[in-house]
Amino acid sequence: MQVPAHVEYDKATSVEHALALLARYAPEARVLAGGHSLIPMMKLRLAQPEVLIDINGLTDLCHINLTGDQLRIGALTRHAQLLDSQLVGEHFAIFRDAERVIADPIVRNWGTVGGSLCQADPSEDLSAAFAAMKGTMVIRGLDGSREVSAREFHTGPYETVVAPAELLVEIRLPVRPGGGSGYLKVARRAGDWPVGAAGAAVWLSGDIIADAGIGLAAVGATHFVAAEAEEYLRGRPATEESLARAGEIAAESCRPVSDQRGPADYKRHLARELTTRVLRVAAARAREANQEGPA
Amino acid sequence: MHLTVTVNGTEYTRDVEPRLLLIHFLRDDLGLTGSHWGCDTSNCGACVVWLDETPLKSCTMLAVMADGRRIRTVEGLASGGTLDPVQRAFAQCHGLQCGFCTPGMMLSARWLLDRNPNPTETDVREAISGQICRCTGYENIVRSVLWAAQNGSHA
Amino acid sequence: MTAEQGAHEQAGAYGSLGRKEDARFVRGQGTFVDDIALPGMLYGTILRSPLAHARIRSIDVTAARAHPQVEAVITGADLAERGLAWMPTLAADVQAVLATDKVRFQGQEIAFVVARDRYAARDALELVVVEYEQLPPVIDALAALDPGTPVVRDDLPGRTGNHIFDWTAGDQATTDAVFAAAEVCVGGDMIYPRSHPAPLETCGIVADFDAVAGRLTLWSTTQAPHAHRTLYAMVTGLPEHKIRIVSPDLGGGFGNKVPIYPGYLCAIVAAMVTGRPVKWMEDRSENLMSTTFARDYHMHGEIAATRDGRILGLRARVLADHGAFNATAQPTKYPAGFFHIFTGSYDLQAAFCEVTGVYTNKAPGGVAYSCSFRITEAVYLVERLVDMLARELAMDPAELRMRNLLRPEQFPYTGPTGWQYDSGDYPRALSLALDLAGYDELRRDQAERRERGEYMGIGLSFFTEGVGAGPREHMDILGLGMADGADLRVHPTGKAVLGISVQTQGQGHETTFAQIVAHELGLSPDDVEVVHGDTDRTPFGLGTYGSRSTPVSGAAAVMAARKVRERARIVAAAMLEVAADDLEWADGKWRVRGDPELALGFAEIAMAAHSPLALPAGVEGHLDASAVYNPPNLTFPFGAYICVTDVDPATGEVKVRRFIAVDDCGVRINPMIVEGQVHRGLADGIGMALMQAIVFDSAGNCLSGSFMDYLLPTAMECPSFELGATVTPSPHHPIGAKGIGESATVGSPAAVVNSVIDALAPFGVKHADMPLTPANVWCAIHGRQGRSDLAVQ
Repeated sequence: MQVPAHVEYDKATSVEHALALLARYAPEARVLAGGHSLIPMMKLRLAQPEVLIDINGLTDLCHINLTGDQLRIGALTRHAQLLDSQLVGEHFAIFRDAERVIADPIVRNWGTVGGSLCQADPSEDLSAAFAAMKGTMVIRGLDGSREVSAREFHTGPYETVVAPAELLVEIRLPVRPGGGSGYLKVARRAGDWPVGAAGAAVWLSGDIIADAGIGLAAVGATHFVAAEAEEYLRGRPATEESLARAGEIAAESCRPVSDQRGPADYKRHLARELTTRVLRVAAARAREANQEGPA
Repeated sequence: MHLTVTVNGTEYTRDVEPRLLLIHFLRDDLGLTGSHWGCDTSNCGACVVWLDETPLKSCTMLAVMADGRRIRTVEGLASGGTLDPVQRAFAQCHGLQCGFCTPGMMLSARWLLDRNPNPTETDVREAISGQICRCTGYENIVRSVLWAAQNGSHA
Repeated sequence: MTAEQGAHEQAGAYGSLGRKEDARFVRGQGTFVDDIALPGMLYGTILRSPLAHARIRSIDVTAARAHPQVEAVITGADLAERGLAWMPTLAADVQAVLATDKVRFQGQEIAFVVARDRYAARDALELVVVEYEQLPPVIDALAALDPGTPVVRDDLPGRTGNHIFDWTAGDQATTDAVFAAAEVCVGGDMIYPRSHPAPLETCGIVADFDAVAGRLTLWSTTQAPHAHRTLYAMVTGLPEHKIRIVSPDLGGGFGNKVPIYPGYLCAIVAAMVTGRPVKWMEDRSENLMSTTFARDYHMHGEIAATRDGRILGLRARVLADHGAFNATAQPTKYPAGFFHIFTGSYDLQAAFCEVTGVYTNKAPGGVAYSCSFRITEAVYLVERLVDMLARELAMDPAELRMRNLLRPEQFPYTGPTGWQYDSGDYPRALSLALDLAGYDELRRDQAERRERGEYMGIGLSFFTEGVGAGPREHMDILGLGMADGADLRVHPTGKAVLGISVQTQGQGHETTFAQIVAHELGLSPDDVEVVHGDTDRTPFGLGTYGSRSTPVSGAAAVMAARKVRERARIVAAAMLEVAADDLEWADGKWRVRGDPELALGFAEIAMAAHSPLALPAGVEGHLDASAVYNPPNLTFPFGAYICVTDVDPATGEVKVRRFIAVDDCGVRINPMIVEGQVHRGLADGIGMALMQAIVFDSAGNCLSGSFMDYLLPTAMECPSFELGATVTPSPHHPIGAKGIGESATVGSPAAVVNSVIDALAPFGVKHADMPLTPANVWCAIHGRQGRSDLAVQ
């Protein structure tokens, strides 16, 4: 019988209220957003918080908007909103690609972007995608806000820099011209967690890679990032050879573990294969964008 | 704690434990046993109901989270004794066998058709991809949804 | 899409009639066991072992009993006082209801906590304290018989190892001689991994004991309500006529709901102890980790042939992992089920198989999941071997099959392991499948794609099923012969109620059985109500599994209807004042020979049968009749399947592009329902071939205990299926029907695997074990054959 243990419940009416509740009950409180990670853990009694703070009423955290050259995504944005957003699709194909293969349409209706990031599952697709895009997380506490790079957000499996009395409120993404991005995932079945997945962004200057972002999920990449491969690509032409080499470098930097999704060496191979493939996609999209000219 | 929720147009107020899952609230407290649970892990979709305007998996939601909101279950698919085209379609196209996944499948289908009245086969398959049917191989579920799209008037 | 050949004129009430069941299901008004709520009902939940193998030092339930919501906590010791700590299995072994001495698999039942609500019952589980002494587990079936291996079943007197049985079929000497002389012999090891039927509704029960009347009523997820009633009577000592089992709507079964599980008995005892109704429903993990699994066959097969592609012989050696208790559900005489039908659909000289069953520290079971008593394993083995042979001979696998299929004139055909196949036109079915697939064009397309570095596979499978168990003299389960009854009551206005012993889990019996009776009596199916799943209202029979409903119970319904029809003839003769012999049955009426306009329909006759009309001496009136059907033989459905896959060798991903299935199940009562059954089985084949497996780590932890890890196919993995049909009636079945419930599950996994292996031929891959996950495909390409039944290393 999988049902949660006793728990208290409070509904936050504002971010400030949520923070005050967290301050009062932390560390025994957990923030309840979509609940699609937390509630299953509670049903298995692997998580037994004393208090749940329901933030689903905080509609001011559900936004997706363009502010200057930043795309701002509220932490309570549902996966389906991210997938359906024209604004996101226009600037960040990687999220459209990734969201289409995250869980399923019904789960995406209710699961949240912030919840997925804060759960910090090492296989989380969005963590890799935001890392690839070099996003910034905005974290609120009672004392104010702080910003943390998506690449420093996760401190380990199921661990983030968000303190018990803090709340992730927003993710910001720089909108930079000349870029293209994409996401590829190998899964055992639709809706499953990835066996391996790679997201990439490439910014081209002519056919020279001005900058690149590579995010990897489920293959043991530190902070979900293939930093050495990105470094390798900077300043090189976006040729098949350099993309393939970047894939090799990305794979070398991974520390995958064997599990029922596959043996470690296969996952390392996937990291290479998918990195190279998704770099191709990203570079092609960047070329397309550059041909169309700046919007 | 106190919970007020409108299910299929009827308002209910109950005292519930915060930990009570929405699926158990609907089935055990309200006696609306048309929604089922099948997996506990939000993989099978037997428990799909609508919260306000969107379907969700009610085994992975606390009843108290629905406070002040509207729920639609399979019992609320027909209106005034007239079956929804989706319901007619599932019977017409043999879209069900044991009937256990059927309520969730129909609620997802209704949502798809509301947003996309002329779906492709792929659209239908994607729409139900978070739901497991062990009987039909999905073939006739897909046909049912496409039939409902073609024969979609509620009349 | 359906293409049909050889269909007989199926007038009358047969045809693709919409289902009677659907009206309630589309409204959410089905009644499943968990929908049943009785006044004062309590909820039971089971404490299960976290360990695969351990001695129980102590169980302390004091704190759990003190929980304010708890009404009872039952342990094995409590059951032992009633003689119920152990129960017989369907394979004549014993199984612990609640463990007293040891736990023998992860998830084994230890204590039953009964509380006023589900949540409190779950809370109180945590208050039960069990002290274990951990023992080394036996997980690898291949090592279970090694000297020095721990003994799983030290409860059985005198047992010193994990061996359960050895069983053989066929003639070993002849077979060995054929192999010794053969020009070509190929073969290899294959694992058919443990899988689980996983019906969407888990198993459960509501038990209600009326202590005053001494009457026990059970609402239970059972595919075999009558057999369960008898077994409960034997186990509990309650008189059988005081036990009523209601099997309401079932959310699928697929063999999972055939055995009796400890939870059922615990709920019964709890209802007696507390004096209140008790409900027990498994959660999904409990279902996957403790109820009957399927397969788990470690097979070595060999096929002998001439160089020009004439199959001569087959040999198989199998190690069968039965888990901690031998609880397989099959005719008792056949400890390996019907595996020895492994000669498949081919005309060959000799065959021999030997099967050894072993105990391991895993959940009990083995025969389930639409397997037709292990024909699934047999078909997989032979169809893989035929493909291996085709590769060896550099012959097209379709051509090799066509060359060796039994010819129509060979039926009835007695195979080298003793089966007598009733009827078949195998080449016709294979030809139709090849046509539907556009086989030659597919092969050309495949060759072109390979040039481009694309890897498309085309996989064939031809299967022969044996269903409808079975003849009483050969087939029984724990002494209960496998005949089934039907009870047809006819009301004065000509409406009929048919009581049947079998139990629908989605197969649509309420519709098809009404069609059967309506067809025999010239009625509309609307005029026939089918009653099932209530032992107080239906005749005895062994239930629905092994595709036996239509072959056995359907035949019983026909026989009962024909008795009714003959009674009606006497009444009609009296009404028309002619001799009964002067009447003939035509177009749904009794008609006077030579004057066909002088005719009586069933409603008129029924009213007269209940009227004061004078009837011949010895005829008492009314039309009711009952029948018991003892099948003279199994029926043998068959089919030809073709699966087309695309494989990405760099990632190992497999996509099923097309699935063509031609089935011959004899006469089709309701083709729409038949096709629905086939669709399901094809999805099963995709699931088993590509993703479904119950896997254990070396400590005996079940790694597939939820739908996050035990993956079932979704709509995204299934293509739109392309079906075809041929109709070869069974000569010994009263309406020529053969049964269809399991055909596609039996036949399809081999087609998928053959397709993937075909796609990988350029890489030199000759075999890879299911499930062909991306990782397993990639490993196969790189020459690594791991153990797909154990944890990934």
